[in-house]
Amino acid sequence: MSVDLSQFIPTFLEESFEGLELMESSLLKLDAGDDDSINSIFRAAHSIKGGAGTFGFDNITEFTHLVETLLDEIRDGRRDITAKDKELLLVSVDCMRLLIEAARDDADYDEDKITQTTQLLEQTLDIKSTSSNVEKRLGNSNTGKPKDKIWHITFIPEHHLIQTGNDPLLLFNALADLGNLTLKAKTDLLPAITEMDATELYISWELTLTSDASEEDIREVFEWVEDECKLEIIEVEPTSVSNAIETHDSSDTRIAVATELSNVATALATDKSAIGIQSSEKTDKNKAKSKQDLGSIRVGVDKVDSLINLMGELVITQSMLSELGNDFDISKLEKLKSGLDQLLQNTKELQESVMKIRMLPISFAFNRFPRLVHDLSLKTGKEINLVIRGEQTELDKTVMEQIGDPLVHLVRNAVDHGIESSDIRLANGKPKSGTITLDAYHQGGNIVIEIGDDGAGINREAVLRKAIEKGLVDSGATLTDSQVFDLLFEPGFSTAKEISDISGRGVGMDVVKRNIQSLGGRIQVESEPGKGSKFKVNLPLTLAILDGQLVRVGTEVYIIPLITIVESLQAKEEFINKVSGDMTLYRLRDDNVPVIPIYQLFNLPADTKEVNNSLLVVVEADGQKVGLMVDDLLAQQQVVIKSLKDNYQQVEGISGATILGDGSVAMILDVPGMIEMAMKRAQEKQSEHTLEGALV
Amino acid sequence: MTKILVVDDSNSIRDMVSFTLKSAGFETIEAKDGVEGLSKAKAANYDLVISDINMPNMDGITLCSELRKLPSFKFTPILMLTTESSSEMKMRGKAAGATGWLVKPFNPEKLLETIKRVVR
Repeated sequence: MSVDLSQFIPTFLEESFEGLELMESSLLKLDAGDDDSINSIFRAAHSIKGGAGTFGFDNITEFTHLVETLLDEIRDGRRDITAKDKELLLVSVDCMRLLIEAARDDADYDEDKITQTTQLLEQTLDIKSTSSNVEKRLGNSNTGKPKDKIWHITFIPEHHLIQTGNDPLLLFNALADLGNLTLKAKTDLLPAITEMDATELYISWELTLTSDASEEDIREVFEWVEDECKLEIIEVEPTSVSNAIETHDSSDTRIAVATELSNVATALATDKSAIGIQSSEKTDKNKAKSKQDLGSIRVGVDKVDSLINLMGELVITQSMLSELGNDFDISKLEKLKSGLDQLLQNTKELQESVMKIRMLPISFAFNRFPRLVHDLSLKTGKEINLVIRGEQTELDKTVMEQIGDPLVHLVRNAVDHGIESSDIRLANGKPKSGTITLDAYHQGGNIVIEIGDDGAGINREAVLRKAIEKGLVDSGATLTDSQVFDLLFEPGFSTAKEISDISGRGVGMDVVKRNIQSLGGRIQVESEPGKGSKFKVNLPLTLAILDGQLVRVGTEVYIIPLITIVESLQAKEEFINKVSGDMTLYRLRDDNVPVIPIYQLFNLPADTKEVNNSLLVVVEADGQKVGLMVDDLLAQQQVVIKSLKDNYQQVEGISGATILGDGSVAMILDVPGMIEMAMKRAQEKQSEHTLEGALV
Repeated sequence: MTKILVVDDSNSIRDMVSFTLKSAGFETIEAKDGVEGLSKAKAANYDLVISDINMPNMDGITLCSELRKLPSFKFTPILMLTTESSSEMKMRGKAAGATGWLVKPFNPEKLLETIKRVVR
């Protein structure tokens, strides 16, 4: 029978990654004498080693064996864990991750790093290179085919042998697999029936095995019982077999022996065939069954997505029913309404429970930060405490996967640019070690993630100076604090210093912002000189459902994501300014907000084309506020997002579509895209004007 | 049908052992640590217990000695899965009443070969 081991590898990889995370987080928190932590770290390494060996990842086994040996010495108290050991173990965890990722992706890995760490581990453990062990193993392999030998085995079990679950018959079965076995039982120690204890064994055996097996092979069969029996294994010359048996035989047991022998032989034969039949009969049936009775299931994201789709349909049905109910005969209305309430309730519950499948606590994204901050702190020589709050706040898995990298960048920045060195902190009367705070909480339908530090704060003047140098703002411009801080997110703002070892990869803050926006979120900065900075990331809980404001333009209904809306107002004449290129600006307190008439952008008939007295929905994207001119504000509701790209094609200014309660399709506006469209058109118009002017 | 209790905290090893045994016609019940193993052992009779040693909550050695205290497990074979081929771990297992052991890494064939030594 052969079992395809590859089917278990995904589970092995998954649990190994979990094990590595546990090892890392426990190592970071580990204090001397913390037995529980060291035990769980050891267990994780041990499981990875065992699994890797079973599933054929020898490089992982070999490397992990060294790690495990070091952990074992610490666990047993043979070694006191030093800061150096801890660092080595952390690096080893990285190496294990490297190897496991390579196994997962079937890819190459950084062999130098593994070799280096292997050497370090070997030095620490004071052992010779494993390569010599490999040679020894290879040298031991025996290629010649051995000849059959005759073995005479005396097996006298202790009385309590069967109480350990061992069964002599099964041992003989295993011996019979090695070659030709004959045996006889010696019953001379059998007590009188009145003194017999059914849980004890009184028989001993003489066995003769003709086999090419070595003494070692035979001892292996008796391995489990060697301490509970007298065992003698002698190789005999072919001619002396009968003599050997003869001398051990006593005449009075001869008959018993013969009977026993035939009984055992029959038992062996029937037992073997029974096993054979059983396995061939049941294999197919059990293969089909085996997947069903696993205690838990792992849900594929695609399945969850289709569930969410179904749930979306239900939400739509519920909206349709609501509309239907409103047109019904008045006498039936009460009944219908209570039914609808029920449906509403059910829908809500279903929605919540379905959403929960995809929701994970943000600790999945946060748990990499203790290590990151630990490493950065070593690298920069800054003392940093990391405070994590709201780890249990839940977030959609997809959002979680995509927010990881931007968060890493923000934390790196906080260490690199935010926290000052200990000397400077002490000189400024601050505690010696800096604090970085990660916080997550729900607010409305969103999740807010805050990355705060108690460092120097953002130097407004330095940022402004650099922005002017880079030509991002005019030298005479007067900007508010938040406008200045927003400059950090401008493409090309990142300085050479930022593309350092720490801030890594040269990914700028503009990419961070773009990633957050592509998730439908936004980022804000608060900073106070000398006190620190706080980056606030606002994200939707899920990418499948959106809180939207329904608006009407002519006969069309559009949806504006609620998260982008700053306020809605009725335009007043005194705040309206026309500028060149047909651009209208609306004075909103300190800001001049460009007005984008949706009817113009999408070429639609509208109720009114006059900005005065029209409704403006002020939205913000990329730090730019604009006023979207609409004919009417309708309801606010959750809508299920349908991809336009999958069902039709990408359309500029539209991020997706949804189906409303009356069955009609409404487009979801892509606010940053619309702003870009409008600005491009205004520029084109302006250049046309200039051209016309030049021609005249 | 021969009923086997498989106790291991590693999902992949437990899956593999259980799948292999089922494919060979055995019935298996799984537990993820000693505590769960013991409570499942108390709830039914088994023909064999296969248990890992290193597990959270209750390790395999403790599970083994706890099982031997139960009348229904007095003669039941108990196999320990161990990565240590050291005699110390084997002795600890034997002292706790284990029938035998299976040294990791092992493949499905080796597993079935070993099982044959303890179940008829």
